[in-house]
Amino acid sequence: MICWPVASMGNEGVLVQCLRDPRAVLSLDPSGWDLLIRQGRRANLLGKLAVLLSDSGLMSLLPASPTAHLLSALKMAERQNAAIHWEVSRISEALRTIGVDIILLKGAAYVLAGLPSSRGRTFSDVDILVRKSEIIDVESALMIHGWQGSHHDEYDQRYYRKWMHEIPPMLHVRRGTTIDVHHGILPETARIQVNTQALLDCPLPVKGFHNIFVLKPADMVLHSAAHLFHEGELDNGLRDLADLDTMLRHFGVEQSFWFGLVPRARELGLLRPLYYALVFSMRIFNTPCPQSVVAELKAISPSWVFRWLMNACYTRALRPNHASTHTGGTWLARKALYIRSHWIKMPVRLLVWHLLHKAIKTPAKENQFNTQNKKLDAQ
Amino acid sequence: MKVSELSKHALFAILQRGELCIDMFPFVVRVRSDISELAEDIGRIYQDFPVLDSNCFTDFHVEVSYERGVRRWFRPLARFYFDGRPSFIPLPVDQAFPMLEWGINWCVAAHSHSFLIVHAAVIERQGVAVVMPAPPGSGKSTLCAALIGRGWRLLSDELALYDFETKQLYGMARPVSLKNQSIPIIQAHTPAAEITSPVPDTTKGTVALLRPPSESVQQVKIPARPAWIILPHYQVDADALLEPLSKGKAFMLIAEQSFNYNVHGREGFEAVGDLVDSCECFEFTYSRLSDAERVFDDLLARRING
Repeated sequence: MICWPVASMGNEGVLVQCLRDPRAVLSLDPSGWDLLIRQGRRANLLGKLAVLLSDSGLMSLLPASPTAHLLSALKMAERQNAAIHWEVSRISEALRTIGVDIILLKGAAYVLAGLPSSRGRTFSDVDILVRKSEIIDVESALMIHGWQGSHHDEYDQRYYRKWMHEIPPMLHVRRGTTIDVHHGILPETARIQVNTQALLDCPLPVKGFHNIFVLKPADMVLHSAAHLFHEGELDNGLRDLADLDTMLRHFGVEQSFWFGLVPRARELGLLRPLYYALVFSMRIFNTPCPQSVVAELKAISPSWVFRWLMNACYTRALRPNHASTHTGGTWLARKALYIRSHWIKMPVRLLVWHLLHKAIKTPAKENQFNTQNKKLDAQ
Repeated sequence: MKVSELSKHALFAILQRGELCIDMFPFVVRVRSDISELAEDIGRIYQDFPVLDSNCFTDFHVEVSYERGVRRWFRPLARFYFDGRPSFIPLPVDQAFPMLEWGINWCVAAHSHSFLIVHAAVIERQGVAVVMPAPPGSGKSTLCAALIGRGWRLLSDELALYDFETKQLYGMARPVSLKNQSIPIIQAHTPAAEITSPVPDTTKGTVALLRPPSESVQQVKIPARPAWIILPHYQVDADALLEPLSKGKAFMLIAEQSFNYNVHGREGFEAVGDLVDSCECFEFTYSRLSDAERVFDDLLARRING
C-alpha cells in the first residue's frame, strides 16, 4: 500500500463500510439503517448497494422498510438501464446517415458494454465522444432528429465552443433526454494535455450496432479516472469511485489489463488521474491491485506536499455529501477541490474572467431556477 | 404514544430537535421545525397519529424551518428541506403546513416505487374502495372530504398506493387538502370537521387542511380492495349524473395520473390493467354533495346486495 503522510480514515460513514463489506448491514440497528439509506440516497449509491446485497444473498434477511428503499432504487436503475439502451439506439439511428463512429462514455458505455458497473446505477444523460472534425456534422444530424441545443447565451456558447471539450448539452424535444457531445476528455484549455487521438484509435464495437463503440478497458478506466479527478463538484464523487472500483475488479481478472494500464496512462498523458484513482479506490474500497502496479505507482506519485493536500481533500470529498459524514474541513475540502478543478481546467487569466462572469450571472440563473420550481409546484 | 398525548410545549421541543417520528403507515416521517405555529397545526391535525421512538427507522427526513437572514424578521419565509437539502422555493411562513404536506407527498411519490402511486383520492366502506383519480379542479378533495364526514373511511385525498402483489390499496390517512370554495362548503357540510385556518395566496389559491377522522387513522394499516374508479367533475348547478367510463379510458386516466407508472415498465402496465379490471369505472358529474352521498351509497348497496 502507498504510504500517506497522514492517514485519517475516521467518519467515512456507514455507506462506505457496507459497500466495502455488505455483511456489515447484518449488525445495523434501526438508526444505523436510517443513516445507511440516507447516505446511499444522497450519494446515488442505493441501487449499487442493493446489487451488492442481493449478490451476497443477504436481501431476504433485511428489515422490510429499508429493503423497500433498496428495491425502489434498484427498480429505478433497471428502468434507466432500459431507457439508455433505447436512447443509444435512437442516437445510433440519428447518426447513421452521416457515417460517423460514436464512442459512448461513462454510464451509457457501462450499460451498452454490459459491465457490472452499470448495475443499480442511475443516469442523468448520455455522453458521447466523436472526432473534433465531425462535431458540426454530428450536431446537425442530432438537431434534424429532435435534439435541441441549450445555453443560447453568447458567453456560454463561446465558453463551450472555444474552451471546452464538448458542445453545450443537447436536449431531445419529445423525450426530454440529454446528450453531451464531446470531442475530447478534458477541456482544450486544461493544463494536462490528453492524447485524444490515441483514445479514438482503437475502440471496441458494441454488439448490435455498426456505429456505436466503447473505449477499451484500460481507456475506459483512464477516462473515468480523468473525469473524477478533474471534477469540481463531487456530489457523485463516491459513486464515480465505486464505478472505478467495480471496473478495476472486473477488468482486473485479466492479468494483461494490469500490465497495460500504467504504460497506457503514460501514452495518453493520464498518469496522475490514474494514480489518484488507484490509490483512493484501494483505500476506500479495498480494490485488489497487483504488487507490480503498486510499485509502478510509487514511481509516479506526486511530491509529499501534494499527496498530503490531495489526501486531506479527497478523503473528505469522496464521502456521501450528507451532514452525517461532514467533519471539520469538509466544506473547505470541497471548496478547495472546486477551485482546483477550475485551476487545472483553464489558465489564470481565463479563469478570473470566467469566474467574474459567473459571479455576475448567478442571480439571473437563480431566478430561472425559482420559476422552474414554481412550475413544478403548480403541477 | 399519539401526537395528542404530547403537550404543546413538548411537541415543539421534539420538533426543534428534529425527533418527531410520525407513523404514517406504510411510511415513517421524521419532522424537524423551528416554527411554533407549525407545531400547533401538527398537534391538532395529526393528533391521532402514533409517535415513534426517535431511534426508529424513518423513511423520510423532512424539515420546514424559517429561512435565515433578513427574511427571518421581515415577512418571514419558510423552506422545505428533504434530509437537510433545501428543496422547492421558500414560501411565506403561514404556508408552512401546506408546504410540509406537499413536501411529504413529493417524498413519497418520488421514492417509493414498491407501490404504483396514483394521484387520486381513495375512500373505503365495508372493505371496498372508490378510487378518484383526477386532475386538480375536478373536486376530488371536496368529494372525499364530504364523504369521510358521512361514514366513508379516508385512505388518501392525494396519493393512492397500489400494492403490486396483494392488489390492494393503502393511503396513509393524512390530512385532506381543501382549496378555495371547498373550505366553506365542507365547513357547512360537516360542522364538526376540524380544519386549519385558511392560508391565502398559495400557488393553489387558498388552502386549508382537514383533520382526518380518528377511525380512518386507527384503521390505516388495513388495506382496501379497489371496486370503483370514478372520475369526478364538479359542474355548477348540475344534476348528479353517473355515466360508465370505458376501461380503455380508465386505463389511460390511471396511467396519466400515476407518478411512477413509467418506472415500472411492463409491471406497471399490468398493474394498471389489473386495477382497472377489478373496478367498475364511471364518470360522475355533480354539484350537490347530498347527491354525491346518495350515488356513492347506492353503488355500495348494489354491490353488497347484488
